[in-house]
Amino acid sequence: MRAYWAIFQARFRVLLQYRAAALAGFGTQVFFGFVRVMVFDAFYRSSSSVQPMTFPEVVTYVWLGQAMLLLVLFRPDVEVRTMIRTGTVAYELVRPLDLYALWFSRTLAARTGPVLLRAVPMFIVAGLFLGLEAPASWVCAFLWVAATLAAVLLSAAVATLLTVMLLWTVSGEGLAALGPAMVFIFSGMIIPLPLWPEWAQPLLDFLPFRGMADVPFRIYMGHIPPGEAVYALLHQAVWIAVFIAAGRWLLARGTRRLVVQGG
Amino acid sequence: MPQIIVEDLVKTFRVAERRPGLWGALRGVVRRRHRIVRALDGVSFALEPGELVGYIGPNGAGKSTTVKILAGILVPDAGRCEVLGRVPWHKRLDNARDVGVVFGQRTQLWWDLPVIESFELLRDIYRVEPAVYGRNRDELVALLDLEPLLDVPVRQLSLGQRMRCDLAASLLHAPPLVYLDEPTIGLDAVSKLAVRDFVKRLKRERGVTIILTTHDMDDIEALCQRILVIDEGRILSDGTLEQLRARVTPERWLTVDLVDSDADVTDPDATVIRREGHRMTLRFDPQEVSVPELIGRVSANYAIRDLFVENPPIEEIVARIYGDRRT
Repeated sequence: MRAYWAIFQARFRVLLQYRAAALAGFGTQVFFGFVRVMVFDAFYRSSSSVQPMTFPEVVTYVWLGQAMLLLVLFRPDVEVRTMIRTGTVAYELVRPLDLYALWFSRTLAARTGPVLLRAVPMFIVAGLFLGLEAPASWVCAFLWVAATLAAVLLSAAVATLLTVMLLWTVSGEGLAALGPAMVFIFSGMIIPLPLWPEWAQPLLDFLPFRGMADVPFRIYMGHIPPGEAVYALLHQAVWIAVFIAAGRWLLARGTRRLVVQGG
Repeated sequence: MPQIIVEDLVKTFRVAERRPGLWGALRGVVRRRHRIVRALDGVSFALEPGELVGYIGPNGAGKSTTVKILAGILVPDAGRCEVLGRVPWHKRLDNARDVGVVFGQRTQLWWDLPVIESFELLRDIYRVEPAVYGRNRDELVALLDLEPLLDVPVRQLSLGQRMRCDLAASLLHAPPLVYLDEPTIGLDAVSKLAVRDFVKRLKRERGVTIILTTHDMDDIEALCQRILVIDEGRILSDGTLEQLRARVTPERWLTVDLVDSDADVTDPDATVIRREGHRMTLRFDPQEVSVPELIGRVSANYAIRDLFVENPPIEEIVARIYGDRRT
């Protein structure tokens, strides 16, 4: 366990070095947050029917989304991708480590480092000036932390699966583009999931992607009441288990047919 | 009791063939043509504890494939392989604890971190006891002169510095077996000497078993009593350097840079094997004509800018062994 923790820490520290990128990203995310708030403002003004979310709730949802954007906007682990392309992956395999746990640790660090760098300033700025409301209650805040941690694990499990798939396509660019696009739409990052049409709701409820954004956000604002939050957390837990199992299975197959590139 | 036993190892790869041109690429999308490459074709050898074996052969001969099978990374198609009594690909994790590997063309150090942090990560990965780690690290740092490099991020190291750090990194857990896959590739003369010196001491003082793959005949001459030659997945020769040379050829090559590109060097004891513009390469047998004598004769008779004497390259020797086998 200590080995994986050490690798997590090392990767995390490296990622924390990218402060300039985080600052630029923060600026971009504030800008797009504004655009999205304005779009929803126009939508709520022009609509007379009752919506499943109030406008202040949507604003909070948008800023939470901007803060946690990188949890959803992901690619397979860049380091592992380079390793597979150059053959340095051989070094990963001569370690007395479980390869899946090793890659999961790396991915987990890659998920949390950049998110943390952007989320903290975004909470401060959006909370003070941009209409991000505080959690509905202490219970909601506590459940939100739990759901966010689960969202991080879920996101890491999906990203690790994408990383493992790179073993099959040497360039892997197609996968890298397709996966995140789907996740982005179905997690609620573009349109909050409650605003989707009625017929789409069962599908969205079933899919794993809401667990990365929509679930923690709505728990935060009490839109999912604490009583129902348990089921949402369970939904996350089940999908985490599914993605980890799939990743492990695929990796076991992948290493059996592995061709380490270059000489 | 041998530490490493390899018997009749076979490994094939399926390589997708690309057809040339746009039309070929389009057809490739619909139907892939595959070619089977036999990387290993019945390789056998055994290593006793404490041996230092040079494993040589041209590019694509199967050297790295063998090393990767011994490290448990690749699974062979057929044959037997035991490392310290274990089948490496069945017990990859246990095997990994007893093996140190350096792939010369890549680094195992974390690119963005100072060297010492990579070492500490490896300590955690291999679960080395703090006392053992401290002793090992200090010894390696002293032997490889790493003290000034420890706080430098790996990306700022020169290739030679990096290789010294990589060597240390692969030995922090004090493995009884070490695979060095082209550790001197791309290094300058000074760094090569440092690496060779270190490998020599590693064998002498720690008694580890070492497999060294290389293209550099000088590495072999400096280090190895025993040499395995492999080509096209087959072991062509297994024995000492003297046996190998004696078996193949005692010849040396003399390369001459002429002032005048039209001049033609001829000498009764040497034969021209190559000429490229101003540069001519001749081969001769040092038992028939001594090196100073030949150089004296050639430089007296022709206007020469530069000259040097070398051993025929490995590819040449391997090609001859291969030729011998066929005839």
